[in-house]
Amino acid sequence: MRFTTIGPAAIAAALALVVAGTSPAAALDVFACEPEWGALAQELGGSDVSVYTATTARQDPHQVQARPALIARMRRADLVVCTGAELEVGWLPILLRQASNAKVQAGAPGYFEATQQVPLMDKPQRLDRAQGDIHAAGNPHIQNDPRLVRAVAAALARRMQEVDPAHAAGYAQRARAFDDRMAQAIPRWQTTAASLRGTRAVTYHKGWVYLFTWLGISEVGTIEAKPGVPPSSAWLAQLLDDIPKRNAQSVIYAAYQDPKAANFVAQKAGIPAVMLPFTVGGTDEAKDLFSFYDDTIRRLLAGLKGVAR
Amino acid sequence: MSHQRWDAPVAVPRGASAHVCLARHLIISVPLVWGVLNAAPALAQTQDDLQSIRREMQQMRQQYDSALKKLEQDYNARLKRMEQRLDAAQKATAAAQAKANQAQKTAAAASTPQPPPPASSAPSAPPPDSTPAPAGGTPAPGGGTQTRASAFNPAIGVVLDGKFMAARRNPGSYSMPGFALGEEAKPPPRGFSLGESEINFQANVDQALFGNLTIALDRDNEVALEEAYIQSLGLPAGFTVRAGRFFSGIGYLNEQHAHTWDFADAPLVYRAFLGNQYGDDGVQVRWLAPTDFFLEFGGEVLRGAAFPAGGKDNHHLGVGAWSAFVHAGGDIDTSASYRVGLSYLQTKASQRETEGLAGDDVFSGTAHTFGLDAVFKWAPEGNFAERYLKLQAEIFAQRLTGTFNDARLPNNMALGFYIQGVYQFMPRWRFGLRYDQVRADSLGPDFTGTTLDNHGRTLRRYSAMVDFSTSEFGRFRTQYNFDQSRPQNDHQLIFQYTVSFGSHGGHQY
Repeated sequence: MRFTTIGPAAIAAALALVVAGTSPAAALDVFACEPEWGALAQELGGSDVSVYTATTARQDPHQVQARPALIARMRRADLVVCTGAELEVGWLPILLRQASNAKVQAGAPGYFEATQQVPLMDKPQRLDRAQGDIHAAGNPHIQNDPRLVRAVAAALARRMQEVDPAHAAGYAQRARAFDDRMAQAIPRWQTTAASLRGTRAVTYHKGWVYLFTWLGISEVGTIEAKPGVPPSSAWLAQLLDDIPKRNAQSVIYAAYQDPKAANFVAQKAGIPAVMLPFTVGGTDEAKDLFSFYDDTIRRLLAGLKGVAR
Repeated sequence: MSHQRWDAPVAVPRGASAHVCLARHLIISVPLVWGVLNAAPALAQTQDDLQSIRREMQQMRQQYDSALKKLEQDYNARLKRMEQRLDAAQKATAAAQAKANQAQKTAAAASTPQPPPPASSAPSAPPPDSTPAPAGGTPAPGGGTQTRASAFNPAIGVVLDGKFMAARRNPGSYSMPGFALGEEAKPPPRGFSLGESEINFQANVDQALFGNLTIALDRDNEVALEEAYIQSLGLPAGFTVRAGRFFSGIGYLNEQHAHTWDFADAPLVYRAFLGNQYGDDGVQVRWLAPTDFFLEFGGEVLRGAAFPAGGKDNHHLGVGAWSAFVHAGGDIDTSASYRVGLSYLQTKASQRETEGLAGDDVFSGTAHTFGLDAVFKWAPEGNFAERYLKLQAEIFAQRLTGTFNDARLPNNMALGFYIQGVYQFMPRWRFGLRYDQVRADSLGPDFTGTTLDNHGRTLRRYSAMVDFSTSEFGRFRTQYNFDQSRPQNDHQLIFQYTVSFGSHGGHQY
């Protein structure tokens, strides 16, 4: 730990760094709130960007600490890429305020919210905290539908060009390449996942609505009683009672979630529990935005065959 | 009939055995007994009833399914349109690029065979912002307005706090040998009481300013302006300026609202040196260094109206306190992070009156407060949803110069610290331990028998707490203190609830 850096030495070091820091940066400094947007910014930015991702796939993006390191990174950022739709409401506003970086304040060109670029589902009819941790703007977990990510990519590339016009050509080129690959991959994924259409699953958290809509899977129950509220024993009993009636074929949970509840329900109901990466880096196989969908579908298919995880 | 389902959860504790705790057993076993008691009449239900319920459920499911299908169709239609736009954009750019390439080729062919076009211009590929060009003008599909609390109204949040305190000694007669205490530096009263109920308004004033107002209503129906400040948004070079009334940035806990603290009461050293928490009117400037690790410098100039300053402010012309602080921090790895700080606060008091052992004590002079703070947080893989550990410690030294009840103070230095740890052992459940220690300097025979007489004692307190959160917004806490900070030892048991509703801007590190 760096306890020794405080004091006069730190002041001198800081001043030296300020001088160093004012020299023009070579790459666009991108602060990504979640791994999927970090991966996307890297795809679109290539060597023109330097990407810092604030969270990992093993962390619940709802519950992130406004850590000092994040404030420091936000201070230097030229572009902030986040999910929006209140997913980061517990920590992002604090980072923005404490980092005091005019380039990335909400509304500035350097502030980009992915959920602003696509239509959202699950917009609550009634805004009431008694409904659990709901998001007024709609369900923010859009990264599980590649069609949405493709739309976000187009908008993000535009934004990168606006923020960093000197490298606009590069962003345009990589955006087109990414879009081509996506346009080819999406039908391929859909074909591979064709047998998933019409299947039914229980989830841990309402985090899969976009994936399920894309692949035609029905969500027939959640382990969380309400979004963000851990299940009570009564709720679990009710769920176990309902699973056979609703003909659920698997229990799906994210890499960052505690597998215990999902495994418990799956075991009791005699159906497989399927862990999905949820975002890039959630599993060893989900290395980038393409292998992320490959792996998601592979795991879903394996689950359907009863070969859990 | 729903009561019959209570039989299933018997197995829950086994399934979740890794972090089973007594509390979960309790939660489960109470409803279990209730369920068993109610099961008998449910069993008597006729087959007809069950069938009609089944039919109803079937109907409900069908309705639900069709509603869902309709929603999905609607959504898919919107997606389709979005994709079509994307495809159109792609085709258009491809066409534009082909044309551009063609033009370039013909131009190259037409011109005299000179070396390639000027190398200084961007690579030959697409002209800047070619990809987005066709879609560039169209607004984002459907996303709605940017996330905001509510139209142009400020975000409004309310915090309610209630306590029940059982104590052997009367908190009303609380004193700490060796210290003149500020007005609020006492344990909560016995029995039921409200802590401060807060109403908070905040919003961006415009592109340059942020405004924050916190009104606190105490249990005696008195309204206090806890915070009222404006703050700059994005000044150049990492500067932030705040003006108005605010909690000073010294220490770690001082800046945070009491309802976010991990214990129901302030550490002894905050109680003795800062009157629980130091906030005042003034200006604060912070500068955040452009480094990868967190390094922040700050300074404040303040009115000097609040303890440990106070009294007649015409003596120092309304500028009676200043402070300086440095914070540094960063990530150790994905799981662990820390922040450390160093602070200095100087406060001038002029005939400041505090409650003494016999009548009011009067202090005129200066308090110099030095502080060192450290916080360390750990969660497995940095995921705070399941389990986490938070360790924190602060140490302060305070020197008083001037006169106390007309007697000149000798050279002195009081020292105090606390160290605490809080562990969330399963979602929503945490426990914590805290150790407090403060000692005033002995000031010689001139001060024997006064408030500042330390009776040769080091003041200590041992605390333990357990809390349960209904969600991020509601918390119930039980805390026990073995308090040796009074002339006689005290045992205190505090039950506390803290809730916040409305808009809630999240918590600082």
